[in-house]
Amino acid sequence: MEITLRVNGSRRTVEVDPRVSLLDLLRERLGLTGSKKGCDHGQCGACTVLIDGRRANACLALAVAQDGSDITTVEGLADGDRPHPLQAAFIEHDAFQCGYCTPGQLCSAAGMLAEGGPSAVTEDMAADPALTAEEIRERMSGNLCRCGAYPNIVTAIAEVAR
Amino acid sequence: MTRIEGHDKVTGRATYSAEYPIEGVTYAYPVQAGIVRGRITSIDAAGALAMPGALAVLSSEDPPELAPDADPELALFQRREVAYRGQFVAVVVADTYENARAAAREVRVTYEEDPHDVRLRGDHPGLYRPEKVNPFYPADTEKGDLAAGLAAAAVTVDVTYTTPAVHNNPMEPHATLAVWSGDGDLTVYDSTQGVSAARAMIAKTLGLPAERVRVVCRHVGGGFGSKGTIRPGTMLAVLAARAVGRPVKVALTRQQLFDVTGYRTPTIQRVRLGADADGRLTAVEHEVAEQSSTLVEFAEQTATPARTMYETPALRTAHRLVRLDVATPSWMRAPGECPGMYALESAMDELAIAAGLDPVELRVLNDPETEPESGRPFSSRNLVACLLEGARRFGWEGRDPTPGVRRQGRWLIGTGVASSTYPAYRRPSQATATVENGGYVVRVAAVDLGTGARTALTKIAATALGVPPDQVRIELGDSDLPPAPLAGGSMGTASWGSAVVAACEEALRDGKHGAADTTDAIKAQQDLARHAFGAQFARVRVDMDTGEIRVSHLLGIFAAGRIIDEQLAMSQFVGGMTMGVGMALMEESVIDDEFGGFSNHDFAQYHVPVCADIERIDAAWIEEDDRHLNPMGAKGIGEIGIVGTAAAIGNAVYHATGIRVRDLPITPARLLT
Amino acid sequence: MRSFEYARAGDPADAVARFRPGAMYLGGGTNLVDLMRLGVAEPEFLVDVSRLPLDRIEPDGDGLRVGAAVRNSDLGAHPLVRERYPMLARAVLAGASGQIRNMATVGGNLLQRTRCPYFQDVSKPCNKRQPGSGCPAIAGDHSNLAIFGHSSACVATHPSDMAVALAALDARVHVTGPGGDRVIPMPGLHRLPGDEPERDTVLAPGELVTAVHLPAPPPGASRYRKVRERASFAFALVSIAAALDVAEDGTVRDCRIALGAVAHAPWRCERAERALRGAPAGEESFTRAAGAELEQARPLPRNAHKVPLVRNLIVLTLLELAP
Ligand SMILES: Cc1cc2nc3c(=O)[nH]c(=O)nc-3n(C[C@H](O)[C@H](O)[C@H](O)COP(=O)(O)OP(=O)(O)OC[C@H]3O[C@@H](n4cnc5c(N)ncnc54)[C@H](O)[C@@H]3O)c2cc1C
Ligand code: SF4
Ligand code: FES
Ligand code: FES
Repeated sequence: MEITLRVNGSRRTVEVDPRVSLLDLLRERLGLTGSKKGCDHGQCGACTVLIDGRRANACLALAVAQDGSDITTVEGLADGDRPHPLQAAFIEHDAFQCGYCTPGQLCSAAGMLAEGGPSAVTEDMAADPALTAEEIRERMSGNLCRCGAYPNIVTAIAEVAR
Repeated sequence: MTRIEGHDKVTGRATYSAEYPIEGVTYAYPVQAGIVRGRITSIDAAGALAMPGALAVLSSEDPPELAPDADPELALFQRREVAYRGQFVAVVVADTYENARAAAREVRVTYEEDPHDVRLRGDHPGLYRPEKVNPFYPADTEKGDLAAGLAAAAVTVDVTYTTPAVHNNPMEPHATLAVWSGDGDLTVYDSTQGVSAARAMIAKTLGLPAERVRVVCRHVGGGFGSKGTIRPGTMLAVLAARAVGRPVKVALTRQQLFDVTGYRTPTIQRVRLGADADGRLTAVEHEVAEQSSTLVEFAEQTATPARTMYETPALRTAHRLVRLDVATPSWMRAPGECPGMYALESAMDELAIAAGLDPVELRVLNDPETEPESGRPFSSRNLVACLLEGARRFGWEGRDPTPGVRRQGRWLIGTGVASSTYPAYRRPSQATATVENGGYVVRVAAVDLGTGARTALTKIAATALGVPPDQVRIELGDSDLPPAPLAGGSMGTASWGSAVVAACEEALRDGKHGAADTTDAIKAQQDLARHAFGAQFARVRVDMDTGEIRVSHLLGIFAAGRIIDEQLAMSQFVGGMTMGVGMALMEESVIDDEFGGFSNHDFAQYHVPVCADIERIDAAWIEEDDRHLNPMGAKGIGEIGIVGTAAAIGNAVYHATGIRVRDLPITPARLLT
Repeated sequence: MRSFEYARAGDPADAVARFRPGAMYLGGGTNLVDLMRLGVAEPEFLVDVSRLPLDRIEPDGDGLRVGAAVRNSDLGAHPLVRERYPMLARAVLAGASGQIRNMATVGGNLLQRTRCPYFQDVSKPCNKRQPGSGCPAIAGDHSNLAIFGHSSACVATHPSDMAVALAALDARVHVTGPGGDRVIPMPGLHRLPGDEPERDTVLAPGELVTAVHLPAPPPGASRYRKVRERASFAFALVSIAAALDVAEDGTVRDCRIALGAVAHAPWRCERAERALRGAPAGEESFTRAAGAELEQARPLPRNAHKVPLVRNLIVLTLLELAP
């Protein structure tokens, strides 16, 4: 099937097998290997991209179902040569080791910062909580990091959130 | 100085093994054994070959040519026997990943099934004493009179702890891209912890001279031991590429990682301790039962830390192994020390309680002058300093040992302590340093699996050369570079760094180029006990209504020689301790008695800590000036962080609740029943 | 994954018209694509219903109407839901991850399938996946499976958090299909396994969930609480949705209790509720009510911990809700 996507700002029209995930489309066919595959089942967050500005697991998104969507991957986070503040903060705070979860963490954090509303750890569902470390930890729990860079990830995100 | 490859990693430009753009690449997907033990009677590939895009099916119907002495786990499709569920029995190659995977489902395999046994038991009739335990230690040791030591004791502890099978689960699943050239040379882009070792193993398996094989690995998404040796997936790509005459990519699924990439053996550990009225140890015994496959003997060195930790007149350690119908266990972060110290340090906590001593004090009291088992002097040992500094920072003093009495709302609060240790190994390595374009290029076939090797080696070279780090460029991750040992055993930096320093020194003398090989220097080094030590403190809260456990604070103090880079070291320690939280509270690969293998084999069922689990982890270190190690004065830091964490948490759970859970992981289910 | 065709439906009628044997509706795909990749689901045709104009949350009488294509995250973040049905907001936010909630739809969440390890592994038998092949979970790994209402054919649990809150809220599920429209009261959407474990719900083939209607929120205080093995991003060991309304004289006027991860369907605790109505709102009654419910519990050898967990959760949640 033919689909058209905007990927990191450029229009891409591609012919895809309906079985192909958005993640495999990016990695195997569009040469955008920044998004990672850690589990292929929505369980690790390494494949997180922004679909129409919202964070999503590209491994569970069928490419055909994204026809007409706007996709941002880690390759598209920076503003030209100027790194996204999250990218700079991740480097500064050593918020990664092997780096394999990092693109997903970054896209997830970018999506998360735009979200607002309560989370599972918010006391009062009706209130809009401040983005405390506890809130960041809960909201970033869809992104596993086996290297255990969590404390630095939280510090980096908190710095950008301020 | 931030990580050299940091920019590449945050922009998605760092290339991992499955990501090299190779023209005409094809995809291979394995077929896995659907039985636990038996023989393949037939493999029918016709249906698979008729699927769209299918190019080839390889299996034992027509065994690919391999060296006769290939490692049985890597000797794919040579035999009809099945040794464990999930073993690779065939592979399908196709033009796309989707087609390969769909076609693999159409391969029909029939078996003759035999009864199987996948369960480790302490009284298993098949338990035997292995010749040695990983990598080269004696299986058993005995010093002094254990019975007399126990009889003379004022207090004794006789406890059995168990740890489950657990999986390394690096975030990057093992992936391989294999490319054969027209004249029979092989290039393998492999997610590995050692390019030189991988090259040697691939060449040996194929029966090729090593020069015909090149292994490239610029970035690895973690390994934690599971990429220390090559795995069947690598050979799958290599053989499939040879068969179809095109490049082949194999990216294992997370589920397949549970089947074929190694795991930490489950253990059953009996610890007997005796102490006199003052708390001085009179006897230490550590006996371990663990498993390996029927294919390969891998015996984890679980009881070895007892040979190093505490002064005692009587010391016995023993390992027993049983060969089950399981995949071969392998290295996982701090093999031996990690599970062994869990049992020993939990038992020490029980002894402290039995003796009415503070657990920090008990450990300080029993700190040895020389290595207890061998009698060798330590190159340096600062366990006591770690314990005391940790106690100070953690606010340990005045701790009431009474369990189950501190409450904060619905939570019971407790604290615990445990020691850490890990050997300071070093292996021969080569390296070169060359003046190029006004700076230096340092070449060594090291691998950076997230430890920060590029950055650390740059700093080491810059220091040796007396230049700023930006005048040094490190080339690593390619077996064409000067051979180097793998990133494992916390010995990467020490081994590579020694060669890098020597090469840099020679380059300074030469003015242009220096090359070094540390083989002789390492052979000549003095016979000392070289170990890093540490102390870990945990504060937990437990909800006894729900069994929920949260780790409010972890503090680790380590003595690991000279720390080469503070930020990198911090990340390594904290990362290890985070994995220790997983080990303590949630990680377990559930053995499936009926079907073999593990019934939970993904990240939804096998839990590793998420961001919300890690509330506060602090790590710090005591500077050591140890001149018996290597030119950097550094001990490894990659593994010690996970050693002791689970015991500290388990001890804190006991302090909080009065319940001693002796089987990991400490889940709500274990607290509630 | 087997090959399949894909089509995007324009409206509910179009979706139903396109449905044919071998077809499946596709919501956010977070469960269906997962199961397709495992080979558990093998549709020949996917009718994408994720972009149907069913993505609104609107007041409806004294309640709320939630479209089936509303994303889980939008449900949890909607001001009216947070204010009037905080139990539901919390249940939704306790499920999965931020990314998955952005993709998952209300319809898909209700119809997600069990996380039983054997169900998800096509190399092993499972009555739910392959009727008649057997249920290895009974003798095997059932540590997170059912204690209520299971059968000798299947001991699976329904994994949804949201559905537990909907069961406690007396929500009604609106469906349309080849046979017309109908409304199914929760928890009646999901079945117990009986001897047909392959059927999770009472829906007929081709029936499409169009909306969930929430009646006026129950009076009194309410709460959703989920116990899991790690602090976040894990399915429940047991979860509870509870509401408690206490009269001036200190007796229970009304209450709602539903449990998650204990049965093939969200488990509405009717016995406990009956035992509580009119009883004094205190620990003794709460413990008695929990006991009444647990009389019908049939724990398996490796999930017996769910019994004390259920008892404690009922008691402590009601204690929290009592004035
Ligand atoms: C890693 C992971 C963790 C998770 N953790 C949790 C958790 O903790 N708690 C929890 O509750 N859930 C959890 N989930 C499950 C998640 O909530 C569901 O996958 C999701 O809600 C399904 O919604 P969907 O729109 O993606 O459904 P889909 O995957 O698109 O569909 C699911 C099923 O519903 C059918 N369907 C979809 N829409 C309709 C409709 N309108 N009418 C009729 N049939 C329809 C489909 O045919 C399919 O059978 C988790 C999922 C993952 C992957
Ligand atoms: S419990 Fe149900 S889903 Fe699980 S194996 Fe048994 S039949 Fe299948
Ligand atoms: S690869 Fe998509 S969540 Fe793991
Ligand atoms: S940096 Fe390695 S998994 Fe996060």
